[in-house]
Amino acid sequence: MATYLIRRLLIAIPSLLGISVILFTILALAPGDPFSEMATNPNVPPEVREALRASFGLNDPVMVRYLRWLSNMAQGDWGFSFASRINVDDLILQRLPTTLFVVGSSQILALCIALPVGIYAATRPYSVFDQIANTLAFIGFSLPTFFTGLLFILVFSVTLDWFPFVYRSDIAATGWRWYWEMFRQAIMPITVLGLFQAASYTRYVRSAVLDVIRLDYVTTARAKGLSERRVTLRHITRNALIPVVTLVALQMPAVFGGALVTEQIFRVPGIGSLLIDAILANDTPVIMAVTFVFSCLVVFFNLIADILYGWLDPRISFS
Amino acid sequence: MKDQEIRGLVADVKEGTLSRRSFMQKMAAVGIAAPMATQILMWNDVALANATLPYKPTKAGGGGPLKMLLWQAPTLLNPHFASGTKDQIASRIFYEPLAGWDKEGNLIPQLAAEVPTKANGGLSADGKTVTWKIKQGVKWHDGKPLTADDVVFTWEYAADPATAAYTTGSYKDIKVEKVDAHTVKVIFAEATPFWADPYVGVAGMIIPKHVFGEYKGAKSREAPANLKPVGTGPYKFVEFKPGDILTGARNEDYHVKVQPHFDTIEVKGGGDAVSAARAVLQTGEYDYAWNLQVEDEVLKRMETGGRGKISAVASGDIEFITLNTTDPWTEVDGERSSVKTKHPTLSDPAVRQAINLLIDRDSIQKFIYGRGGVATASFVNAPAQFKSQKLKYEFNIEKANKILDDAGWKKGSDGVREKDGKKLKYVYQTSINAPRQKTQAIIKQACQRAGIDLELKSVTASVFFSSDVANPDTYTKLYADMEMYTTTQPQPDPERFLNQFVSWEIATKENKWLGRNVSRYSDPEADKAYKAAQKELDPAKRAALLIKVNEIFCEANVILPILSRTRIAASLNNLSHDHSGWDVDSWNIAAWYRS
Repeated sequence: MATYLIRRLLIAIPSLLGISVILFTILALAPGDPFSEMATNPNVPPEVREALRASFGLNDPVMVRYLRWLSNMAQGDWGFSFASRINVDDLILQRLPTTLFVVGSSQILALCIALPVGIYAATRPYSVFDQIANTLAFIGFSLPTFFTGLLFILVFSVTLDWFPFVYRSDIAATGWRWYWEMFRQAIMPITVLGLFQAASYTRYVRSAVLDVIRLDYVTTARAKGLSERRVTLRHITRNALIPVVTLVALQMPAVFGGALVTEQIFRVPGIGSLLIDAILANDTPVIMAVTFVFSCLVVFFNLIADILYGWLDPRISFS
Repeated sequence: MKDQEIRGLVADVKEGTLSRRSFMQKMAAVGIAAPMATQILMWNDVALANATLPYKPTKAGGGGPLKMLLWQAPTLLNPHFASGTKDQIASRIFYEPLAGWDKEGNLIPQLAAEVPTKANGGLSADGKTVTWKIKQGVKWHDGKPLTADDVVFTWEYAADPATAAYTTGSYKDIKVEKVDAHTVKVIFAEATPFWADPYVGVAGMIIPKHVFGEYKGAKSREAPANLKPVGTGPYKFVEFKPGDILTGARNEDYHVKVQPHFDTIEVKGGGDAVSAARAVLQTGEYDYAWNLQVEDEVLKRMETGGRGKISAVASGDIEFITLNTTDPWTEVDGERSSVKTKHPTLSDPAVRQAINLLIDRDSIQKFIYGRGGVATASFVNAPAQFKSQKLKYEFNIEKANKILDDAGWKKGSDGVREKDGKKLKYVYQTSINAPRQKTQAIIKQACQRAGIDLELKSVTASVFFSSDVANPDTYTKLYADMEMYTTTQPQPDPERFLNQFVSWEIATKENKWLGRNVSRYSDPEADKAYKAAQKELDPAKRAALLIKVNEIFCEANVILPILSRTRIAASLNNLSHDHSGWDVDSWNIAAWYRS
């Protein structure tokens, strides 16, 4: 197990290096510069823009800039944001908890809906419940989050006035009130993201369970006289979960992608909105760092998926 | 209007036979912006009228929280690094300049004890020095007193090229001396008519020497105070998450006794303009949202709820079209649109005049910008009611057709006019932005009816406004026949703003297209008038010269102004605020209150 983990982590290094080269090259080739805002302001002399470009190393060749970035990164220096001039790692650490809270909760919500609904629908295929669940799931993943997000705002904030639609990272309250306010403002973004994920997971869980449900060992289990409940949970679900775990793990980058939009709509100060702001401002060090964090998350979740396989099906060994 | 006449009017105001207001209107009629007009009056020792703003609360505090929503989030809090308005607004909550500009262009003292005039000895007769008296008893948020040393240090800090301060333009060519603990003298190299540039408004915020002293020059980025401001303003710093949220608490030692009204302030960032307007006008979650570049129809619909209101103030920002008089389609020495070339068709004044007649400014204002802009024919614009009388715009397709007919441009089989085998076909570029694309469409349609074919091109804003030398699509390169954008006029005085019309600022390959004259058009008359204005001490004569520079370019139809932009903000009905088109929205935030 330990050697397996080490081997996997070592494999991750060249992939992350490759990703960083590609990201850096694309960013360097992309047009625009971080000081464009000063362009139409006659008060900022062109020399200042030039001096800033020079001091931030923007005039050096791409190769030199990449190697500098890489060696700094290897020493734990993520660089500083051109826009706010603070260290990028501080900026990301400030945002990461919010993203993990919102994305994490929405994933839990999605699984809490998708697993029971998918399994129940699969055990009674083509029943009324199955038909309704399928239709809703279809609608759910056809509607993009920016649409449902706006719809939620119009219904629950503007018309009903139930929830705030501006997410605040600091709430001027303590104790239970703080938790309540935190929960209240997170409901809409988590629901929007969670429902969207739940829709696609439901369909996946259903088909995975349907694949397993007709296998011989399930018939055997039933023939042994095990209760339906035990058959479903122990024999069917556990085996059906393997492809679902892969899906959830591989979906993680897409979830963070979907969260970009959701974070922007509800003003959730997560790394998604940080990335969007950085892209708009051509803030290269931040874009590099955030996308790099995303890549690390992808690699990390793949690793988790592989470990979970072994737990779900001991025949898949680590050696 | 001749300068003698202006002088006559000033004398009338002094004697009391002409009201200040009528004077301003008369100035406006000849294209002198209100701030210029007040500078003229002040130069002539006519005191400021209405120099305080209405403020009803009788004690400081007790107003609860003030919640502002800036849909572009502030990213840093050092006013001298503030690249955009968002950072300037946030900085201005904690820092103050010696004086600020109100929406009529009046100079309002903030950290200064009084506005310098000739009468109080603040302005020297030769126009080379300005003496500022600093308010006594003002304390920094850490309890240390504000002195002349801080004011001198602010100059040293901003003028140092290694600091790379964005405000350096206001400080690099001056000298500042300490006279006594609460007096400083600003010394200009030459007589400077627009003396209210350093230490005033957006560029003028004073920073404490004892906090920033070690972080001047190359170390400027490392100053902890870049993110944790220590100022003199009405609110003290509490917490800041760049790009997200900024909080402050009432400064109990604020130097204006009954201000501020609110106990805490919160500035939240992120999202977009439409939803920011919604958070104020429809849900009332926030008190104030700024810079709402949203189609007016949308705002009007949101206002019907009755929770909040829109306020618009005029600014000097101008949306305009530049016609390229050089040839963008021929390369000379590795450069297109080179000054060595002439545009095959746009160098014909008749064609330029025809295009100007084909811009339906009234419709653009009415159907696209609404309260967001006022149609204009002048590049330099005063507050809305103050517009040049000489420059007039007209939308007249027939007249445009006639001018083109007379100039010998004949319609070909495809309906496009041509002469000597050259067709009136143009590429018309701008940045991606809904109102701009709609404006492009309106102009294209009118041009079609006059036999001019426009190919519309839109470039994403971050590329269009960048200084990327390798990119052909930046606005300064002007590799197109015509282009449209807004340029901001940061100070009420248009001198620096008008450097876009002088020959030595032409954007070329040599200066990496950093020159500010993007049209590449030059006129010795304009150069002469501009140079004379820079030295001209008499405000009346100077104003006349700057108006001339503006008129030369507009009358040549090289610069086609479309709209004088306004700054739009949304606020709750019970919030009494005051924002100015000549300063940032928070310039006078100490005097905001809830009724």
